[in-house]
Amino acid sequence: MKLHENFPDRLRGRGSVIGRYWAAMTIARTFAVLAVATLLASPARAGATFDAVKAKGFVQCGVNLGLYGFSAPDDKGNWTGLDVDVCRAVAAAMFGDAGKVKFTALSAQQRLPALQAGEVDLLARNTTWTLTRDTANGLDFTTPNYFDGQGFMVSRKLGVASAKGLDGATICVLPGTTSEQNLADYFRANKMSFKPVVIEKNEELNSAFFSGRCDALSSDASQLAGIRAGQAADADAYVILPELISKEPLTPAVRQGDPQWTDLVRWSQYAMIYAEEKGVTSRTVSSALKSPDPDLQRLLGVTVGNGKALGVDERWAFNIIMQVGNYGESFERNVGKESRLKLDRGLNALYTHGGLMYAMPPR
Amino acid sequence: MAVPPPASRVGIWRRPYFRGVLYQGLVVAAVLALGGWLVHNTLVNLEIRGIATGFGFLAREAGFGISESLIPYAPSDSYARALTVGLLNTMAVSALGIVLATILGTVVGVARLSGNWLVARLAAIYVEALRNVPLLLHLFVWYGVLTALPGARQALHPLPGVFLSNRGLVVPGLDWSQGGLPVVASPHLVGFNFVGGLTLSPEFTALLVGLTIYTAAFIAEIVRAGILSVPRGQTEAALSLGLSRGQVLRLVVLPQALRVIIPPLTSQYLNIAKNSPLAIAIGYPDLVAVSNTAINQTGQAVEGVALVMVVFLCLSLALSMLMNWYNRRIALVTR
Repeated sequence: MKLHENFPDRLRGRGSVIGRYWAAMTIARTFAVLAVATLLASPARAGATFDAVKAKGFVQCGVNLGLYGFSAPDDKGNWTGLDVDVCRAVAAAMFGDAGKVKFTALSAQQRLPALQAGEVDLLARNTTWTLTRDTANGLDFTTPNYFDGQGFMVSRKLGVASAKGLDGATICVLPGTTSEQNLADYFRANKMSFKPVVIEKNEELNSAFFSGRCDALSSDASQLAGIRAGQAADADAYVILPELISKEPLTPAVRQGDPQWTDLVRWSQYAMIYAEEKGVTSRTVSSALKSPDPDLQRLLGVTVGNGKALGVDERWAFNIIMQVGNYGESFERNVGKESRLKLDRGLNALYTHGGLMYAMPPR
Repeated sequence: MAVPPPASRVGIWRRPYFRGVLYQGLVVAAVLALGGWLVHNTLVNLEIRGIATGFGFLAREAGFGISESLIPYAPSDSYARALTVGLLNTMAVSALGIVLATILGTVVGVARLSGNWLVARLAAIYVEALRNVPLLLHLFVWYGVLTALPGARQALHPLPGVFLSNRGLVVPGLDWSQGGLPVVASPHLVGFNFVGGLTLSPEFTALLVGLTIYTAAFIAEIVRAGILSVPRGQTEAALSLGLSRGQVLRLVVLPQALRVIIPPLTSQYLNIAKNSPLAIAIGYPDLVAVSNTAINQTGQAVEGVALVMVVFLCLSLALSMLMNWYNRRIALVTR
């Protein structure tokens, strides 16, 4: 037996204490997380995360520090957003209570080490699903909850209509994201040059852009819309250029090695998409229990079996839809028509409406 | 009988020399074992979690841009080269910061001892105000000031070929790219930015100014303490021998003051080098900023952090050795 297996579970919580201590510098925090992984982490075994979450009674969810529409605390201090809803859905499936979530706000650079080291059980933080992250970084992705692409935002005064007109521009970009690499690739492919300004904190980066230090701000298009809606003094003074230079399937991630946990997260997301497909909303889900549709009966646990297979209560999907809503409701509330972002469904419409949202059959 | 037995008859366990060696050996073995266990445990855990290890990533293509570099760099270069760019940027800002902070600190330190009431008070205010504000705030303030300058198209143009804007200070430079003799390249605005000439970026300037002004406040106090450590009687004696004020400072006061000044000054130099990673708050691509990006793209945090630690250790030790050598050279030989 290895020494670290003898450490009690509560000691592992020290990561966050060390983390706060050094919050001023990310590198130190990353290191602290890794140090905890080095010293205390127990080896992954099948069902380890699932069992640990069940035992502690809540889901520890890694989210963005503050990205309007995806994860941000509202004026009452409640976390809201499209990513936050994934966390809540998983809690509803597991515990029958969407409130049994604790959030850890993570910077772009902290997020992967935090998940790897076990500081969070689930990372729903507008994270792009890439091959490297899926393999060499020891993560597993569930299914995209937002199909995005990287774009550019510029000041309307600049008079630039296309990303092709950005040759020689200075561009603000966050470190530790796929954006930095996409940017270099795009300019290289189009034989253009640019100067990056890479600042770690969102607020500092955005203020550098809004003060004119950079000609353009580059990030996922949904984020640009969120930044424009949330932080620009005059949202109309900025335009988001039409080109999307990359594929950014934003996907929740879990640690490798616990397929039961991965399945639960994935099917919680599918349940929300499937409910939209079937036209079941948080308001109609109670009456849908009486529906004669066998697919719905299986989804909502009227016909038992799915819950047992996932290792949770048979009403798991009912609880998700009742407490969080279907995917369409979550989308419109957080980033769509009912929000300040006013994003179109686009690629995120159901496949039946020309989008990419497609739930595997829950049977 | 109280007579001690002959030395050769004392058991080996009771000989001080043997016990000293034994205990030190045990401590070294324990430290090595602990280190070995940490490394082994890390590797085992990374393996279990399916996270790649090793330094192979250094040879792979970096694929990201760096805004300023002392050596040619393109996104198609390797991670090793990108990290070298970061290291050189760290060294550049540290070296310049050390030189400038020493000059400014000496001036302020001497000024604080000046007979002129106003000069002495101004120097005191400088020291007390600046060393009591966290360095990070200095950086934010300077960066805020520099990015509040007009945009590139409305740049201030005080002298021919000199532009000051929120893209930095652009001055004419020498262009070596033509081969043979360099030509003077005058900067001009093309599209979004200035082309040609030398650019002092707002990020670099803010970091350099912040480090210099902050550290100079500490150095000023060290210089003041050094000068005060030389008894006043020596100055008076030298003056009465007919030496000028400058000669007194150069020949009598400084040689003795430096003994006191150099050791704490070394600490301040090390602080400049170690504070430079705060650059990541304002976007200057130093070693830590570049390695952060590398860590995030490759996911190999252990290797990346280890590299940064080793490099900073080497930098600091080299600086320390240099200063210790200088300290020994100027030490007064007393009999």
